[in-house]
Amino acid sequence: MSEPTYPDELHYHEAHDWALVDGDIATFGITWYAQDSLGDVVFFNPPEVGAVISVGGSYGELESVKAVSDLIAPLSGEVTAVNDEVVTSPELVNENPYGAWLIKIRMSDRAEVDALMDSVRYQQTIHA
Amino acid sequence: MTVDSPLARTPLHAAHVACGARMAPFAGWDMPIQYTSVIGEHLAVRSSAGIFDVSHMGQLRLEGSDAEQALDRVLSNSLARIPDHGMAQYTLLTNDHGGIEDDLIVYRMHDNSFLLVVNAANVEHDLAWITARLESRYDVQVRDESNEWSMMALQGPEALTVLSDVLSISMHDVPPFRHAWHSTGHDELLVCTTGYTGESGCEILMDPAVAEQIWNLLSRDERVTQCGLAARDTLRLEACYPLHGHDITSSTSAIGAGLGWACPAGRTFPGADLLDAERDHGSPRRLVPLLLSDRGIPRAGCEVTSADGVVVGNVTSGTMSPTLRRGIALAWLSASHAHEGTRVHIDVRGNAYDARVVSRPFTRFS
Repeated sequence: MSEPTYPDELHYHEAHDWALVDGDIATFGITWYAQDSLGDVVFFNPPEVGAVISVGGSYGELESVKAVSDLIAPLSGEVTAVNDEVVTSPELVNENPYGAWLIKIRMSDRAEVDALMDSVRYQQTIHA
Repeated sequence: MTVDSPLARTPLHAAHVACGARMAPFAGWDMPIQYTSVIGEHLAVRSSAGIFDVSHMGQLRLEGSDAEQALDRVLSNSLARIPDHGMAQYTLLTNDHGGIEDDLIVYRMHDNSFLLVVNAANVEHDLAWITARLESRYDVQVRDESNEWSMMALQGPEALTVLSDVLSISMHDVPPFRHAWHSTGHDELLVCTTGYTGESGCEILMDPAVAEQIWNLLSRDERVTQCGLAARDTLRLEACYPLHGHDITSSTSAIGAGLGWACPAGRTFPGADLLDAERDHGSPRRLVPLLLSDRGIPRAGCEVTSADGVVVGNVTSGTMSPTLRRGIALAWLSASHAHEGTRVHIDVRGNAYDARVVSRPFTRFS
């Protein structure tokens, strides 16, 4: 998608990751701003299913043609799924950064969600 | 260049910014890195045509009644191979150790006049290097003309057709490494059948005053995509053209780099004896292309290990090839592991990826 979009139903982390929370499952991806900054995404190095990840820590890597970027976990928990479609076709992240989710986790601390930003607040940080 | 000097701008800077190009510092210049998409720009050059602003490149002029004799003792390649006006040649500035101070293209302009197109980062170095090595018995003057030239590259299978359609300049039947002045109604353009992408096409040198006009005329053609330096880098890497300062440096051998063809045997230039000896006895290390077997993108600095885990070299350039959709690299490897077909591992941030030494260029695998 060519126009900046930040869906209201998502929670946002300052490292330009989004999280969709559904019960105790959270789905992660990167924001429109992040994919635009990276440029053409050509490689997704995902974590193993079952890996335990911590908020603020790196859970994998996305690479564009020119640069490598660590993926920062917006929430803590255990990885329950990896989006193999993005592993196979990393360009999906550029085409639709919200459809192209990266991993799902089972959250270990729901209170962490409160520390994330909503769409309005996040857009203020990237335009600051 | 000092650290706090402002970035230089090409005559096309405002045009790049106006169309939303992503700009970044490169060799002291604020240059367009990409316009829309590195992969899109790259593939446009492979399938149709792309235009690049390369006005950051430097131009040095050597003139004088002894210019040829003087220059022939400084450059690695033999000027006797380009005997006529309108000919050009890839050549090296080598040091006494056979290392590469810069790689460049020399144009034979007219009697006793040569134009050297050098890497942007090396203009001042090359000027000083050459000046210091021109023997005083020769009548020759060297001058930095970088501010007097703008330069753009039009590259791709459609590039010369576009040149003909838009500017009425026909270069279709011209061999590589030829140049000629053409009048377009705007100004005189020096058009050269050279490039850095592995495609046919040309590089065009001109007065900076007409650069924007020429850029707009060529860019407006629907077959042409504006391309940034990021695509220029992935294109040159697929073509296995080394980048000075990365793949080739003042401490890497011209022979080991596979550039012996630009250093004919038996000549007199800095380091020639050492390079002749290395040609005869073999290089201890060689710059070779590596193609990854599956996922993973090698980057400069990654270690290369043999199948049994011994470090045999390191990557100096690496990327994801947009044409092959695979990781590719140029790496300096011990001669024992530099043979075509040798299987190695590349350590990319702790992950070992399988790769093999292949023949140049990578585009032959598409």
